[in-house]
Amino acid sequence: MNLFGKKSYVSIDGGERTKKSDKRRQKAEPSIPDGMWIKCNTCKAIIYKKEVTEYKLCPNCDAHFRMSPAERIAVTCDENTFEELDAGMRPQNPMSYPEYDEVIKKAQKKAGIPEGVVTGRCRIHGQDTVMAIMDSHFMMGSMGSVVGEKVTRAVEYATAHSLPIIIFTTSGGARMQEGIISLMQMAKVSEALGRHDEAGLLYVTVLTDPTTGGVTASFAMLGDIILSEPKALIGFAGQRVIQATIHQQLPEGFQRAEFQLEHGFVDRIVHREKLRDELGKILRLHSQPEREGTE
Amino acid sequence: MSDAMKSVAIARMIERPNTKQFIAGIFDDFLEFHGDRLFADDGAIVGGLAALGGIPVTVIGIQKGHTLEENVACNFGQPNPEGYRKALRLMKQAEKFHRPVVTFINTAGAFCGIGAEERGQGEAIARNLMEMSRLRTPIISIFIGEGGSGGALGLAVGDSVWMLEHGMYSVLSPEGFASILWRDSSRAAEAADLMKMTARDLLQNEVIDRMFLEPKEGLENNLEYTTAEIKWALLETLPRLMKMDLADLLEKRYQRFRKFGDFVE
Repeated sequence: MNLFGKKSYVSIDGGERTKKSDKRRQKAEPSIPDGMWIKCNTCKAIIYKKEVTEYKLCPNCDAHFRMSPAERIAVTCDENTFEELDAGMRPQNPMSYPEYDEVIKKAQKKAGIPEGVVTGRCRIHGQDTVMAIMDSHFMMGSMGSVVGEKVTRAVEYATAHSLPIIIFTTSGGARMQEGIISLMQMAKVSEALGRHDEAGLLYVTVLTDPTTGGVTASFAMLGDIILSEPKALIGFAGQRVIQATIHQQLPEGFQRAEFQLEHGFVDRIVHREKLRDELGKILRLHSQPEREGTE
Repeated sequence: MSDAMKSVAIARMIERPNTKQFIAGIFDDFLEFHGDRLFADDGAIVGGLAALGGIPVTVIGIQKGHTLEENVACNFGQPNPEGYRKALRLMKQAEKFHRPVVTFINTAGAFCGIGAEERGQGEAIARNLMEMSRLRTPIISIFIGEGGSGGALGLAVGDSVWMLEHGMYSVLSPEGFASILWRDSSRAAEAADLMKMTARDLLQNEVIDRMFLEPKEGLENNLEYTTAEIKWALLETLPRLMKMDLADLLEKRYQRFRKFGDFVE
């Protein structure tokens, strides 16, 4: 169950006692305040938080930590160009799942946003695009009605305005608490992408850690160009499910971005610090002739 | 046992008639075609050309076996990516020759294995969803047993979606649901009720458009009763869909799936 439940990094605060002693130490010497250390879940190194830049990389092993949509927008879009769409959309409870309201409230508090995806339009290197960014901190980026509807509307908006769309994926799969309605979101987003495709418009997927289940089996794999961040876990089935099915050890690096590149399902693996420039280049090389020079 | 769990048990019975039996009962002159032209022929999905009262139809379905030997040959009805790609190849063929597509769904889910991941299970299903949503010929999808998640949806983006009385369709199995959300797989019956996965529930929330009652003596004991009903329904529906303006047909299919979602603004 908690296969993807880990945070990418955890605060090392030793509880009440350390806090007190830290406070004492602070008075005595200019030492590092509590909560300023984090642990990289990849290399296990203890790192000083201030060494982590806005790109959220491990300074020791270069692991790409999971990002929130706000952090993603900050390093991807031209400054102050992101205009959010459908910001107020909130989930209902189609299956009358017990305590779904509380689960949602908890997720909202944890992620600081009302649902698992942020959509909008923005500019990258001066070029207009629609963008959707999923958030793994919100119920593991699971796709329920709101995620499906917001992404579908973003795609339809892009089609209506003849714009490209870039989707940053991260998801554990369908939102089980919404039952069959969550499954239907896969068809809904895919058909909207079909119309965007028929209009001759560009769709770029950026796969980030982790992208699995129903999102992989729908819009994550439908990009004209599919980029991935290094070492991101990308797959259809969860590793525990596969292991339980075949009773075999899974190979090293199974379902990672590099595995997907080797098997032909990813166009390019792009380091996060280069992503904005690559996206800018891709958009520029797909821009309509009459738009050139507006930049 | 709850009604939902009863239906789940019936849908999974090894005696339950499979896709090939439905094809034989409904269509004439079935010619099975093999392979995805890319990698292999997946025994979990059968497909080919058949006639329905003189109308050429492309028929595709997920195949389960009645014996261990049969089940090994069809991987217990759990398709690999090449199965979904074979299905898409046959659907594109149907589009080219302007014949309708009928799909039969009966799977616990798409296969979860190393090879399936290496060959892009997610990509194969995703591609089917997008291509089916815009296939320029009518599609009818019929759930005859289990309908497990994305592996079922990958053949079920139809103009009309039908289901047998004891069919089921869900985002994951009731056992999986109970074990993931409640860490207790013994609460599967409770999960089955909550998940609204039976034909009657699905009819109510419009995930399916039509339900076929099964004979009292059991589908396996009187398959002719149900295949006759389905044949009659297809003979009534397909010519109507084939006469429809293509743009209208595609718009209706789009709206059929576009409407799902429960949210407030």
